[in-house]
Amino acid sequence: MKNKFNLFVAVIFVSFCFVIFYKGLNNSNIYAPKINDKKSIPIFEAKDFNSSAYLNSKKIFEEDTFFIVNIWASWCVPCRTEHPLLMRLSKNQSVKLIGLNYRDDPNNAKKFINEFGNPYSQIIIDNDGALSIEFGAYGVPETFIIDKNKKIIRKFIGPINEEIVEEIKLIIK
Amino acid sequence: MLANQIGYYSLILGLLLSVLLCVVSIKDLNRSSKQINQNVLSLSFLQLVFVIVSFLSLIISFINSDFSNETVFNNSHTTKPLFYKISGTWGNHEGSLLLWLLVLTLFIFLFLIKSKEQPKKYRILTLLFQQIIIIGFFLFVLMTSNPFNYLFPIPNEGLGLNPILQDPALAIHPPILYLGYVGTSIIFSSSLAAVTQNYVSKQWGQHIKKWVLVSWIFLTIGIMLGSIWAYYELGWGGFWFWDPVENVSLMPWLTLTALLHCIAALERRDALTSWVVILSITTFTLSMCGTFLVRSGILNSVHTFANDPARGIFILIFLFALIVLSLGIFFIFHRENNKRLNNFFWLSRETSILINNWFMMYFLSVVLIGTVYPIFLDVISSEKISVGPPFYQKLIVPFLIPFLLFMSLGPRLKWIKSKIENKNSLIVIFIASLILTFFIIKNLTTDLLFYTVLISAAFFLFFTTLKELFIKKFNNISQTVSHLGFSLLILSILFNSILSSEIITNIKIGEKYDYDKGEIFFKKIEEIKESNFNSIIASFEIKDKNGKTIELKPEIRIYNQPVIITSEADIRTTLLEDKFLVMNLVKGNEYFNIRYQVKPFMVWIWISILLLSLGGLMSLFKRKT
Repeated sequence: MKNKFNLFVAVIFVSFCFVIFYKGLNNSNIYAPKINDKKSIPIFEAKDFNSSAYLNSKKIFEEDTFFIVNIWASWCVPCRTEHPLLMRLSKNQSVKLIGLNYRDDPNNAKKFINEFGNPYSQIIIDNDGALSIEFGAYGVPETFIIDKNKKIIRKFIGPINEEIVEEIKLIIK
Repeated sequence: MLANQIGYYSLILGLLLSVLLCVVSIKDLNRSSKQINQNVLSLSFLQLVFVIVSFLSLIISFINSDFSNETVFNNSHTTKPLFYKISGTWGNHEGSLLLWLLVLTLFIFLFLIKSKEQPKKYRILTLLFQQIIIIGFFLFVLMTSNPFNYLFPIPNEGLGLNPILQDPALAIHPPILYLGYVGTSIIFSSSLAAVTQNYVSKQWGQHIKKWVLVSWIFLTIGIMLGSIWAYYELGWGGFWFWDPVENVSLMPWLTLTALLHCIAALERRDALTSWVVILSITTFTLSMCGTFLVRSGILNSVHTFANDPARGIFILIFLFALIVLSLGIFFIFHRENNKRLNNFFWLSRETSILINNWFMMYFLSVVLIGTVYPIFLDVISSEKISVGPPFYQKLIVPFLIPFLLFMSLGPRLKWIKSKIENKNSLIVIFIASLILTFFIIKNLTTDLLFYTVLISAAFFLFFTTLKELFIKKFNNISQTVSHLGFSLLILSILFNSILSSEIITNIKIGEKYDYDKGEIFFKKIEEIKESNFNSIIASFEIKDKNGKTIELKPEIRIYNQPVIITSEADIRTTLLEDKFLVMNLVKGNEYFNIRYQVKPFMVWIWISILLLSLGGLMSLFKRKT
């Protein structure tokens, strides 16, 4: 009798842990640190993805609008999952998407864009990863929201999801 | 290219062999012969060979910088020194899983050839349970983390190995740790087999003790190497950060330590069988659980290689399948034979082992809660918290006092019924420790009472074990050495934390900084180019109050592939203290930020851990005589 009770408790406990871990798996990985003092975007010069011309950061962020900087690479698997969401965001008129192609092979990157579509109004190349470090990125993918004062107001580590898209839409309204 | 193919196909062959092994051994189970069919042994050997071939081909791909292999592409670079190309093999998710498989198959093969005098059914069942784990991992590797994924077009250059992983201690840390961590699988399999055969007995205890010891020794040294790496490479000046990953290696260590003590009760007295079985199961479950927490990306840490939910779900289901299997077997087959065993007096060796168990369980639950509670909270209330060192220190340190006291008394007790001998000398030692501690620390800390009691408890253990070592040589020397190591460990950690001092300041070249105990002079910097990084080496002269000068040369390295800036601390180690200097760039400024620490008894922490495992080693070799 006591044995059966123990078994029952053990089973309940184990199933509980399973459920928690299973759920934890699905909702983790995206971690949005709070940025207290809003950081300005770094000043840099970078190669344009299409024309290979050098662009000044002032020129890139010239327009008076919100910007989203998305760090991506063709070899990065989570980038594929967030790509459709970026495509959707790109239809929004009040924001411009800048893609930062992180440590990638140009041919693979072009293939990636041809295959999945191009959500970015501009893509710049970050060959050695230095520019991403300037932005304060930890890895790929990462997404930064830049307001009209050219300050980074929000950053998302990891692939963005539906909730984050809604949050971004609220911010740029 | 070729190595890639060979590696991949030997993995598949290894998996097929697993299935074949299961079939052959189940057939063999019903045969009446006394020994295992020779084919089983050969198949197990063949399986090991295939896994070794697969592992070697991955190493070869790394040495040749074969970037058509995705794993190599993601984790290596042509400019890496050969040593780090090789160690890069297990410095990533796919390669380290291959190492898992290697250890799993190696241990079951060794088990089969080392257990010839054991009952046949028990050996075959152990093999079967182990094969279940092995099949699980083969599937895991092949389905979600294939180390031999082919890349086309072939990239010219790899992405590079994370520079903080390019360190000698870290190169050997994973294999050593895995021998202990994964080695617990054999304890798991054999205890399940023993339960089904109702074979949890003295003989089994004597036989399995070797395996427990081997895992325990490797796990202890593996954890120490990781800790040494953190101290020398991370440049934070500490050796234990209660990082989730450190915790998941500590948790099996705690249960394994408890198991080690229970096995002693089992092999002498045939007692505590439930404890032994439950601890064997828990130890391996915690290892698997650790793998899950680290590899699924559910926790963020240095060891999180990739965040791929498919991997997480696979290990999660596999982990819980194993838990359910072992729970089922335990509840169905395990019968505690109460009659002859559990009659011991309250003051006896058995009781002291039980007390040790409960302490270990307490420490385990603290670490476990600290590690997984944030996940539970996040899921239930979507609130994000992180549990830091104060939590663990507050909950663990005070309990060390009774733990240390029991540890000094426990080993002196006899089995079944005992009384404390030499009470007077114990009291004398205890009072001596108290007085000694009081005079040592009376000017050092504000929390005098607490630290006096704590440190004198540690001294008490130290002196009693030391006395044991010198006076009663015939006694259980391996145990005494281990306990001495443990008391030394606690003493060095405590003195290290009380006496450490630190200076943080900004300083530029040619400048002098005075503080109450001496001065720091920033002499010069020079730049040096290496194949995989550029470095700025600074040179500081540090004068202490006695006028003795030492020169320290901390370094800032700018790795090229991937571009990461790391600070290499310069550490001057002596027997009494470590002097630790690390510097950082201050952005847009001619100043450097330096941190200078004096850390007493650092080297004794490593020495005492070595002593701790030396005790285990002695016990392992004593068995044979």
